[in-house]
Amino acid sequence: MSDSTESGKPDSGTTGKDAEQVRHVAHEAQEAGGQQVVQPEGRTPLDVIKVRKGMFGVTGPGDTSGFGGLQRTVFMPGQSERPYGSYFDEIVDILAEVLAEAGVAFDDAVEKVVVYRGQLTLYINRDHLQLVAKSLRDDQDLRFEICLGVSGVHYPQDTGRELHAVYPLYSITHNRTFQLEVAVPEGDPHIPTLTGIYPANDWHEREAWDFFGIIFDGHPHLARIQMPDDWPGHPQRKDYPLGGIEVEYKGATIPAPDERRAYN
Amino acid sequence: MSATATGAAPDFAEGAAEYSATGGDWDEIVEAAQRAGDERIVVNMGPQHPSTHGVLRLVLEIEGETVTEIRGGVGFLHTGIEKNMEFRTWTQGVTFCTRMDYVAPFFQEVAYCLGVEKLLGITDDVPERATLIRVLLMELNRISSHLIAIGTGGNELGATTMMTVGFRGREEILRIFEAITGLRMNHAFIRPGGVAQDLPGGLPAMVREKIPEIHRSIAELEKLSLRNPIFIGRSKDVGVLPLAGAVALGTTGPLLRSAGVPFDVRRAEPYCGYETYDFEVPTSTDEDSYSRTVLRFAEMRESLKIVQQVLDRLEAQDRQGKHPVMVADKKIAWPAQLSIGSDGQGNSMDHIRHIMGSSMEALIHHFKLVTEGFRVPAGQSYTQVEHPKGTLGVHLVSDGGTRPYRAHFRDPSFNNLQALGMMCEGGSIADVVIAVASIDPVMGGVDR
Repeated sequence: MSDSTESGKPDSGTTGKDAEQVRHVAHEAQEAGGQQVVQPEGRTPLDVIKVRKGMFGVTGPGDTSGFGGLQRTVFMPGQSERPYGSYFDEIVDILAEVLAEAGVAFDDAVEKVVVYRGQLTLYINRDHLQLVAKSLRDDQDLRFEICLGVSGVHYPQDTGRELHAVYPLYSITHNRTFQLEVAVPEGDPHIPTLTGIYPANDWHEREAWDFFGIIFDGHPHLARIQMPDDWPGHPQRKDYPLGGIEVEYKGATIPAPDERRAYN
Repeated sequence: MSATATGAAPDFAEGAAEYSATGGDWDEIVEAAQRAGDERIVVNMGPQHPSTHGVLRLVLEIEGETVTEIRGGVGFLHTGIEKNMEFRTWTQGVTFCTRMDYVAPFFQEVAYCLGVEKLLGITDDVPERATLIRVLLMELNRISSHLIAIGTGGNELGATTMMTVGFRGREEILRIFEAITGLRMNHAFIRPGGVAQDLPGGLPAMVREKIPEIHRSIAELEKLSLRNPIFIGRSKDVGVLPLAGAVALGTTGPLLRSAGVPFDVRRAEPYCGYETYDFEVPTSTDEDSYSRTVLRFAEMRESLKIVQQVLDRLEAQDRQGKHPVMVADKKIAWPAQLSIGSDGQGNSMDHIRHIMGSSMEALIHHFKLVTEGFRVPAGQSYTQVEHPKGTLGVHLVSDGGTRPYRAHFRDPSFNNLQALGMMCEGGSIADVVIAVASIDPVMGGVDR
C-alpha cells in the first residue's frame, strides 16, 4: 500500500498547530463529512491520521494527472458540542458526577467527547481508565455490565497517539451502548488492564497485545493468543507488511495484494 | 486468580476476582507440574481432537477423571482476515468476512455492511427489499447454524444419527442459499448498500415448500435429543454457567439467555427492521447445557416464524412489481447485474449493452467502482448484530479512502470460550465435551 508508507513523516504543521490551520482543517472536515468540529484551546489535538498527496494513486515524475500538488489532511471526527443527542448527554453528565465524587475532574479523565454517525465515543486519559470503567460498571444509573472487548487501531501518523484502543460497552439494564477510546504513544504503549473490572477482556486484551503491541499493565497473563508464542512483531500494525506472492495467470503477473495500485 | 503459568493450583481468596485466565507457554505448565511431582496430570485435548469443534486446543489438569483446571488455546486457524481486508476495497471486504464463522456467514456479511452503511450515512437509504432479503438469509442461517450446533454436539456424544438429521435439515436451507446466492457457503452476497441481486423468480414459494421439511428435521432432532434419556443424563446440570459468571465473562447468545437474561440485540437495539417482526426471545434459568439446547430449538422455531413473515412481505412486494435491491446512489451501488452466461458466469448482457452502447456515465461508474471502489468519510463505527452464538460486534475505521483502515470483528465464540474454565472445572473430562458443544464455537470465527 504505497500511500500508507510513502508519507511517513506527518506534515510539519501538526506540532505547532496554529488557529489558522485548525480552522482550515475544520472547514475541510465540514465539507467532507458535514460534522461539527470544535477545537477548544489547550485540549487534545485532532487525531490527524493521514496526509494524502496527489490523486488516483499516482506518485513521482510519471504523474501527468495535474493533481500531483494536491494535499489533504485527514483526521478523525473531533470534539462534539452539546447537546450530544439521544441518551448521550445523560451518560456524560452522570459520569462527570460520579468522577467528581471520586475526586477526579471530568476534563482530566475525558479528553474529548465525540458523537459521530449517532454513536458516542469518550476519549479517556489512560491514567483514569480503570476508574472510569469501574464507575460505568458500578453506578446504578450507568450500569454498563458488559464490555464487548477491545479493538486496537494503529494510526502511525497520529503523532504521540499512534495506538488507539476502543472498548465498546453495553448496558443491559438501561439498554445503552457507547465506546471508550484510549490513545497512547507508540513509544510508551501502556494501558491499564480492564480484566479486573471486565474479566471478559482477558482474551481481547491478549489479542490487542498480539496484533498491536499494546501492553495492558496488570493483565494476569499477557501472552500472544492468535500468533505463535515466538512470533516477532505485531502483525496488524500498519508498518507490518501483509506479505504475499505474485501469481502468474495466462502469461500475466498479478502482484501481491499489498503491491497492487492503491487509490488515495 | 489462576493466571500465572507456574502451574500453581488456582487460589480463589475471598473477595478476589474469580475468573479463569488462560493461555501461556504450555511447556512451562507441563514442566512445573512434573517438578511438583504430585498426582496431577496435564492432558492436552486437541487441536486435532474430534470433539473440540475444529482446532480448539484444551489443556486440562486432571485428578483421576476430574478436571481441576482447563485452559483454552486458540489461534490454529488464524488467517489474518482482518489485516487482509485493509488491502481490498470496502465491497471486497464482504468476501473476506463471510469466511470467518463459515457456519453462519450471513451474519458477518450483514454486520459488516451495516457498519459500512453507517459510516457512509446511508443506513436509511438501503431499499426495503434488500433488508427483507437480509433478514430472510439471516434467519434461515440461524436455523442452519443451530442445527449444526446440536447435530455435531450429538455426534460428539456418539449419536451419529443426531448429526445426520441435523445436516439433513441444514441441507434444505443450503439449497435455498444456493438458489439465492449461487453458493452454499462463502456467499459474499450482501454488499454495502443492499444485496448483490434480487431473489430468483418463485423463491418465496420454494422456501415455503422447504419449511415443512425444515420443521420435520427440527422436530426429529428434538425427539432424538430432548427426550433421549442418555442426552438428558449427559447434559442436565452439566456445563453450568451461573448468571454472575455469564455477565462478568461477557457471554452473550444462548449462554447468557440460559442464565435468565433475555438479551437479544434484535430486541435491544433493532437493526434491519427487526422491531417490526413478531417473535419471542426464549430464556431459561437452568444455566446448564441442556437448557441451551432447549433454547436453540425454541430459537429455530422463532426464526421460522420470522421467515414466514418475511415471505409474506416479499410476496406482497412481488405483487407490486419490481423493487430495487441496491441503494440508488450510483456512486456507491455496486454495478454488477449478474446472470449466467454461456461460460456459466458473468454480467448480464443487458447491463453490458447498457454501459457499452447507451450510457457513458454508467460505464464510468462501473469502471470507477470496480477498479477503485467508493470512498467512505473518515470516522469509525461499531455495529452489533445477534449472531446465533451471541453478539457479533464489528468495529470499522475509515481514513476517508477506498479501503477499510481497520476492520475488527468481535466474534461471540471467541469471547464465550473464556467461560470454559467456569463451566468445566470440578467436573469430569467427559463433561468438557458437552460444555464445549453448548458454547458452539466455530474456530474460523474465533481465530479469524
